[in-house]
Amino acid sequence: MTEKPKIGVYVCHCGINIASTIDVEEVAKHAEELPGVVTAKTYAYMCSDPGQIMVREDIENLGLTRVVVSACSPRMHEPTFRKTLREAGLNPYYLEMANIREHCSWVHPDSEAATKKAKKLIEASIAKSRLLEPLEEKEVEAEPSTLIVGGGVAGIQAALDIADAGYQVYLVEKTPSVGGRMAQLDKTFPTLDCSACILTPKMVDVTSHPNIELMTYSEVENIDGFIGNFDVQVRKKARYVDTDKCTGCGDCAQECRVKNKIPSEYNAGIGKRSAIYLPFPQAVPAKFTIDPEHCLYLTRGKCGKSPKCEEVCQPGAINFEQEDEIVDIKVGTIIVATGFDVFDASRRPELGYQDYDNVITALEMERLVSASGPTGGELLIGEGEEKRKPKDIAFIKCVGSRDESVGNEYCSRVCCMYTAKLAHLVKEKIPDANVRVYYMDVRAFGKGFEEFYDRVRREGVRYIRGNPSEIYQNGDKLVVQVEDTLTATPMEDEVDLVVLAVGLEPRQETKDIESLLRLSKSSDQFLMEAHPKLRPVDTSSDGIFLAGCCQGPKDIPDTVAQAKGAASSALMPLSKGSVTVEAQVAEVDQNTCRGCGFCVEICPYDAIELEEINWFGHTVKVAKVNEALCKGCGSCSAGCLSGSIQAKSFRDLQILPQIAALGVNKE
Amino acid sequence: MSDKFEPNIVAFLCNWCSYAGADLAGTSRIQYPYNIKVIRVMCTGRVNPLYILNALQQGADGVLVSGCHPGDCHYMEGNMFARRRLGLMKDLMEFVGVDPRRFQMSWVSASEPNKWKEVVEKLVEETRELGPFEQFQRNMINW
Repeated sequence: MTEKPKIGVYVCHCGINIASTIDVEEVAKHAEELPGVVTAKTYAYMCSDPGQIMVREDIENLGLTRVVVSACSPRMHEPTFRKTLREAGLNPYYLEMANIREHCSWVHPDSEAATKKAKKLIEASIAKSRLLEPLEEKEVEAEPSTLIVGGGVAGIQAALDIADAGYQVYLVEKTPSVGGRMAQLDKTFPTLDCSACILTPKMVDVTSHPNIELMTYSEVENIDGFIGNFDVQVRKKARYVDTDKCTGCGDCAQECRVKNKIPSEYNAGIGKRSAIYLPFPQAVPAKFTIDPEHCLYLTRGKCGKSPKCEEVCQPGAINFEQEDEIVDIKVGTIIVATGFDVFDASRRPELGYQDYDNVITALEMERLVSASGPTGGELLIGEGEEKRKPKDIAFIKCVGSRDESVGNEYCSRVCCMYTAKLAHLVKEKIPDANVRVYYMDVRAFGKGFEEFYDRVRREGVRYIRGNPSEIYQNGDKLVVQVEDTLTATPMEDEVDLVVLAVGLEPRQETKDIESLLRLSKSSDQFLMEAHPKLRPVDTSSDGIFLAGCCQGPKDIPDTVAQAKGAASSALMPLSKGSVTVEAQVAEVDQNTCRGCGFCVEICPYDAIELEEINWFGHTVKVAKVNEALCKGCGSCSAGCLSGSIQAKSFRDLQILPQIAALGVNKE
Repeated sequence: MSDKFEPNIVAFLCNWCSYAGADLAGTSRIQYPYNIKVIRVMCTGRVNPLYILNALQQGADGVLVSGCHPGDCHYMEGNMFARRRLGLMKDLMEFVGVDPRRFQMSWVSASEPNKWKEVVEKLVEETRELGPFEQFQRNMINW
């Protein structure tokens, strides 16, 4: 760096986003007077084609060696302008950005103060830019495979797309079968497609596809590495059934000593299963699993004289000695598709979900009306002799959605339409039933939604605007206390069955994968995408993508669309065959390093090791950075006693001038 | 601008959480005092304790370091290093007679623009009460 840098400063108006608050001309004039600055220009949209051409031409004509773009956040357009520099033949790491939009014009309405702050921010960027260094981006090979966490419709769709493109997929599902929430649904809105009919062929495809390794009843244990080269450990939980031998005949479940005693997860708790079970008849793979929490033999060490399942299993598939197995796999990219949980209705105690049997959630209703459900699709309430068809049915919407008191401010997006669908199914099964829906608003925004909502109302479902305050029992009836807010009439509505349209929440287990992968959450607790508009399937970690409801509530078409988007994004590094590794890595000055090894201990990625070098005839130990492993966090730099290890682009020498520029309080 | 003392505050924000949170505050047009000026680092673990002293020496009246919530670090444990190192730094500053409120740490995630606003407002208010910081300035040390 012997030559004096020639700096070009480009101040963006961003339409009026910056220019309406900050006097950009004055800022540019100020910048032009700073040492080293050759030119300072303003333009309406610096990121547009003409803006970039202006920068490119200046680099070529004025021989600029540094570019300072003062516009939006570097998290937004740093890659854009890096490309501009590269196209003009300048090293892309000679770029520095000053964030005068997100950190200045948008948050400080006082024009004078904002202009003054913008000048400071640009001074700091110019100060840093002088000492920037050229960096080289290296390519490393990418493992041609993808890990997909979650075997719901999102995971299944993404797996099929990637496998069809010719790459290996590892599909890891926590439960014994793929299918997820969609497999629990009866019909889908607004077309009334049978959910199982459209899903099961896809479920079968994932088992038969030669490029998909399906790992059900498995959990991701650990993930190391980075885009292109993730090392994943998967725990295959013991099924206590040899899946090679199990034929799925079901004799074992028939004979199980706790048969029909355990609430079935698939039937949302209203049906019962045995301790050895197939979650549902169409489960994939069709292999039985022993639930270690309920199996008598596994919990008490004794099940009669000998476990019945073992006795009746013809192929001899039962194996109580089976242990969890850890499988190591290497993948290039990861798709997280962990789905959702329904809101726990007992968190709204006034609605009586815990107190009354005839207050049920929509997911339970879904199982009640489903032909594969515990009642074979007959809608019946009450026990034994008392079983009867409900006549008066009330749906209550927005339970656990749009409700600050339970911490969920968001709309769950699917409840309005699934309520309409369930109301329709009720009318189909019990034509003379009186069905009413208590709602706050009806949001029928998707393709065919409004038409379906109209149809359901024409079928005689009454929509009453009001948010029930309490539900209590009166004889064998339930009383819904509510005010019809359109007519301001308080009502006490006697019904047989109340269905709570519960909202969607991130699945509890998402927390595990979230901490393994260091993913961010949005304020609604769903996983956060890299950009709400332009990078909806990416996360802030390269090579990790989101699909389905783990990112936010959505219906099946949106989930499938996002899964396809995530699949295509995950395919990019695989089909390219390589990924660019971080160029802003740490570097050791071996002349000053004293080989204390502090940095080796600090590095979270084990990217630093001590090596022996010949130092004027002496053998000494110095630190050395493995650039393929280093992620450029810079923790080592702050811990180095001699300042010998430095994060490129974030060296002490580059940050200190920034501090100096911002510290000086002169006008 | 009024005549009351306007402190100059330098903040070090990690790229993944707090800088993104401050970006979101911008996108959401959440207003906060202009006194704060941000230096972006990849991780709070990068913040050398000497930066704090340097900023105060160069004329800052207050310093903020803000990163991911403990346990949420993009680089696994960088913010833990920051917490330990900078906590010691804070003790040391108190020992040499600097009001510890001049240097603060906070954990603001990428989805907490309102928390960012609160952190900045509180820091600016406290620093304003403390008045200009002159203990470390070069002319005072007289080199």
